[in-house]
Amino acid sequence: MPRQSTTTAATVSAPARQRRSELWRFMWKYKALYLISIPGALYFIIFKYVPLLGIVMAFQDYNLFAGFLGSEWVGLEHFRYMFEHADFLRILKNTMLLGFYDIVFGFPAPIVLALLLNEVRLVLYKRLLQTVVYLPHFLSWVIISGIAVGILSPESGFLNKVLGWFGIGPIYFLGEESMIRSILVGSGIWRDVGWGTIIYLAAIAGIHPDLYEAAEMDGANRWRQTLSITVPAILPTITILFLLRIGDFLDFGFERVWVFLNPLNQNNGEILDTFIYRVGLLSQQYSYTTAIGLFKSVVGLTLLVIANSLSRKATGESLY
Amino acid sequence: MPRKPTPAYRVFQFANLVFLTLLAATMFLPYLNVLAKSLSSANAVEAGKVNLWPVEFSTLNYQYVMQDFTIWRAFGVTVLVTVCGTLINLIMTSSFAYPLSRPEYVGRKYLLLMVLFTMIFSAPLIPTFILIKKLHLMNTLWALMIPSAISAFNFFVMRSFFQNIPNELIDAARIDGCSETRILWSVVVPLSRPAMATMAIFYAVFHWNTYQSALYYLNDRALYPLQLRLRELIVSDDISIDPNASQFADLAAQSPEGIKMATVIVATLPILLVYPLLQKHFIKGMLIGSVKS
Repeated sequence: MPRQSTTTAATVSAPARQRRSELWRFMWKYKALYLISIPGALYFIIFKYVPLLGIVMAFQDYNLFAGFLGSEWVGLEHFRYMFEHADFLRILKNTMLLGFYDIVFGFPAPIVLALLLNEVRLVLYKRLLQTVVYLPHFLSWVIISGIAVGILSPESGFLNKVLGWFGIGPIYFLGEESMIRSILVGSGIWRDVGWGTIIYLAAIAGIHPDLYEAAEMDGANRWRQTLSITVPAILPTITILFLLRIGDFLDFGFERVWVFLNPLNQNNGEILDTFIYRVGLLSQQYSYTTAIGLFKSVVGLTLLVIANSLSRKATGESLY
Repeated sequence: MPRKPTPAYRVFQFANLVFLTLLAATMFLPYLNVLAKSLSSANAVEAGKVNLWPVEFSTLNYQYVMQDFTIWRAFGVTVLVTVCGTLINLIMTSSFAYPLSRPEYVGRKYLLLMVLFTMIFSAPLIPTFILIKKLHLMNTLWALMIPSAISAFNFFVMRSFFQNIPNELIDAARIDGCSETRILWSVVVPLSRPAMATMAIFYAVFHWNTYQSALYYLNDRALYPLQLRLRELIVSDDISIDPNASQFADLAAQSPEGIKMATVIVATLPILLVYPLLQKHFIKGMLIGSVKS
């Protein structure tokens, strides 16, 4: 019977081996697909993952000439310095305040606008309104700052002229420390509120008309219908977008702030991103600002994970 | 609507229309103000007389912009980067999104996760900067195009477009003896023309508005794109006068504001011109991207 035993031994390992070779043959058959995907994969590895390895410099005293291998390790020194430094704490506070205002005022704005636009029954006029409110999204921040300089200028600015009609004397908006946060949050809303409505309007358009008719029969007025049908129907969209926003809490946007900053308003306007550029790139404090950048990314990821699990428990909606 | 609207609802609708009209006006009037200032005389602008209509109509600001070589050079750089950059974007994005949309690609789940992760957790600025430096991309226009070759968001949009192409079609092409590259270029790409158009718009607007990466990676002023040059002009009143063009000497001394506004108009004109054509595309693209990702 030795013969039989060898055959049983062979049948044990054969399927696995066969499966693997089948897989290889399958992959070989479609090798072109893999070839085509190589540049893209390389792109993500080189430009997204290699810099991630560079994070180690946050724990070193990185020296451009010594490189990652030759630089001295300092552990958490930079992080300790960060939290002991008044400058950093001030900028962290600015960033968090701006992020907070942006969520409180900037996030609901497109939802409200979408609900209001939805009530416009004149189809052509609605389309015209939409065309106009989408437009600012396509202007660069530099252009917007240029427009703002024109509108907000104390001598020739349009806004100061309007305020003048009400007897309010010229205000140098961009030179006031106390104004910069409102300008930053406000200009963001101005630029993106219309753009943000697109997705909510689509969600509203997807609601079945029968629901409204049934509510109508039950005697619900428009306001009641909005509260009981429209809002619940777009709640999943709101949740998903809110989760994405939370992950970007400390990411207020470099360009948006940089174009408005000047020595007069810097105290209240500077955020982590502009600080990293100014101190990191321009003054070449590479390791310190990488530590700040890492801190920022970790906070964003943590917030996202927390918010996602909370949301999954509360509403059943989650990003992953 | 089966029932007649209540009087309260009519009042609301009217108030709503007024409010939305005013809101739209705030988006539109600033731009009109900029246009009016760019077409007014320096005196009128400085005296604050210009609102929505040009005062003491003059094209001097535009004549100035025309003669400023650095603005034209920046304009040219931006056009070049927008055209080449968008081409790179389209080729790279679709050639990565297509294979990952096919069920025949074993292991695509891992690659998709790899892309997704970069959306949630990104490397800080300095390590990226050092990478660009080590790759010798500093002070080249490649630095504006290569590091942004694929946007993860657009990649997912593109992939979901490709996924909707019926498998039968691709199998048929295979049976006819098409190579995979041939299938991509002769079957898939033509079928996804709307998706391609949307991607092209998003990428082209991105390149046209590019400022941040130019600020980080370019030192040579000859390579400055339009937004960077414009920023200089707005912040530092950096007005360079051609000594042969004496008619501008007054202008720059009195009011650089009209010049700034004229440059703003020049820098936005291309976007404003194509905007009506783009509108229906970008809405579609935005929706597909958001629903699936």
